[in-house]
Amino acid sequence: MGIAMADKNIQKTSSDSDRPIIEIIGMHKWYGDFHVLADINLRVQEKERIVICGPSGSGKSTLIRCINRLEEHQRGQIIVDGIELTSDIKNIEKVRAEVGMVFQHFNLFPHLTIIENLTLGPVWVRKMPKKEAEEAAMMYLEKVRIAEQAKKYPGQLSGGQQQRVAIARSLCMNPRVMLFDEPTSALDPEMIKEVLDVMIDLAREGMTMLVVSHEMGFAKSVADRVMFMDDGQILEENNPNDFFDNPQHERTKLFLSQIL
Amino acid sequence: MTQQASTTTREHLKPPVTHVGVLGWIRKNLFNSWFNSLLTVLVLYGLLVTIPPLFKWAFVDSLWYSSPQACREIDGACWSIIPKNARFIFFGFYPEDQQWRPLTAMILLFALVFYTQNRRSWNRALFPIWTFGLVVMGWLMHGGLGLPVVETAKWSGLPLTLTLSLFGMVGAYPLGVLLALGRRSKLPVIHSMSVIYIELIRGVPLISLLFMSSIMFPLFLPEGVTIDKVLRAQVAIILFTAAYIAEVVRGGLQAIPKGQYEAADSLGLNYPQAMRLIVLPQALKIVIPPSVGILISAFKDTSLVVIIALYDVLKTTKVTLSNPLWMGFSSEAYLALALLYFIFCYAMSRYSRKLEKALHTGH
Repeated sequence: MGIAMADKNIQKTSSDSDRPIIEIIGMHKWYGDFHVLADINLRVQEKERIVICGPSGSGKSTLIRCINRLEEHQRGQIIVDGIELTSDIKNIEKVRAEVGMVFQHFNLFPHLTIIENLTLGPVWVRKMPKKEAEEAAMMYLEKVRIAEQAKKYPGQLSGGQQQRVAIARSLCMNPRVMLFDEPTSALDPEMIKEVLDVMIDLAREGMTMLVVSHEMGFAKSVADRVMFMDDGQILEENNPNDFFDNPQHERTKLFLSQIL
Repeated sequence: MTQQASTTTREHLKPPVTHVGVLGWIRKNLFNSWFNSLLTVLVLYGLLVTIPPLFKWAFVDSLWYSSPQACREIDGACWSIIPKNARFIFFGFYPEDQQWRPLTAMILLFALVFYTQNRRSWNRALFPIWTFGLVVMGWLMHGGLGLPVVETAKWSGLPLTLTLSLFGMVGAYPLGVLLALGRRSKLPVIHSMSVIYIELIRGVPLISLLFMSSIMFPLFLPEGVTIDKVLRAQVAIILFTAAYIAEVVRGGLQAIPKGQYEAADSLGLNYPQAMRLIVLPQALKIVIPPSVGILISAFKDTSLVVIIALYDVLKTTKVTLSNPLWMGFSSEAYLALALLYFIFCYAMSRYSRKLEKALHTGH
């Protein structure tokens, strides 16, 4: 399915299209003696949208944080867009520029205005001229429906607005993949929808997305695959319909019964 | 409904007159208990006893520009010691016919500082402007290119104090920031070298560093090589102040949430970029108050250079007092000197508060 979609992408050569954009092979990670991720295998095709859920402490955030090496893994391979993540800092920076990340607590830069938050990456990492970066930034701000706040500081915005800015900040880097680490968990209930709407728009436009979230409505409407993690392992994965209607694993059933 | 009812029936009452305005303030702050009332009365009595005579001494019976003989006739303060000896106090052993040079250099320095304090002038032009200004100041002080050369050994008084302080601060701050980053480095060599440096320097008094720079250090130099004494003192002051700055800045770095580092990393910024654009601007803003505290104490500590026979403004004042003509007017001289130091320190302190407010984006 991912391959069929990738064919439409004219920028891609045919050899690129069979290659997964993210490939994780036999990956393990420990915190000290604690085995936080055990034998993770995951292939993500371009334009795929994956939602990862699971109880807290199951390693789902750690997993996506390994993909841009905010955490380092100790065994196995992680290959992002053809680049294997090792301790080589140049490779890591290359991967990070291609992979956008949205955090639970937004992590906007409080000393910079919204527009400066957005142009920072393009100007310093992509070496884009400032004017061009600002034009692009305004376009993305409009896309997340917040252009009128461009000159404000993050502290003047609500949580939902800040998270939309954070999404726009990642988009400004023109990423091949977007990672979302519980993007709505720190938000007041009335602000969750505005952020999910932006994410749904993104999914419709064909962004490759890995989302750690408990928003099951979101998973049902946009995910290609839903994964359930527990104890550092991917216990179950399926398309959203089968995943929610017909969970296989006992622990998945228990988890779903608790959150639905 | 009920809300409306309560607002319509509510009278517009003013607070009692004893609780607002001047009367209210006096009551609340000075006479709110029998003990505080007693203290207030005692303090008022103390002020009454001390202030009028002090005022009489300083302003009524005082002389401002007279001969020392005239001063000895009166009971009041002899402020004349300052204007009459101003040239020596401010410029020390700098040749008298050349003293317009340090004066011009100082005026230029104040002009530059005044220009820089405005945040609107913080742009690309600032660095070349300062570089040019410092070259001109250096030329004025040292001479050459048409001006007679004045050795640094003759630099003294206020220009020496200001030189040591200015370069002390400007040199120590970046070094302190580097040390703070070094102490937080994951690379063991850089980390331990920073720790050793900071702890060693903080473990000794400035005086001992100055002694080492003036007495021990030359022993290690090959014969015939000498390094300027003022420069050695300057380096000692920079190295000393940097260690304190480093610890303050480290505190600021620790206050930056991990999420900021992660956000910077995940944009693909490299380490120098992340530090310069994201972490340091926030960390340094947090540590403005303690940094300025250190800079102020560094400014005052420059007076310790007397022990290696450099004549800063404190020492030139002391020398003036040892002149038999002016002996005995030390209260006046030291009060005036204290005022001079206070003006500089208070200006720094005020500016730091202004800067803090201007950089506040928290809302």
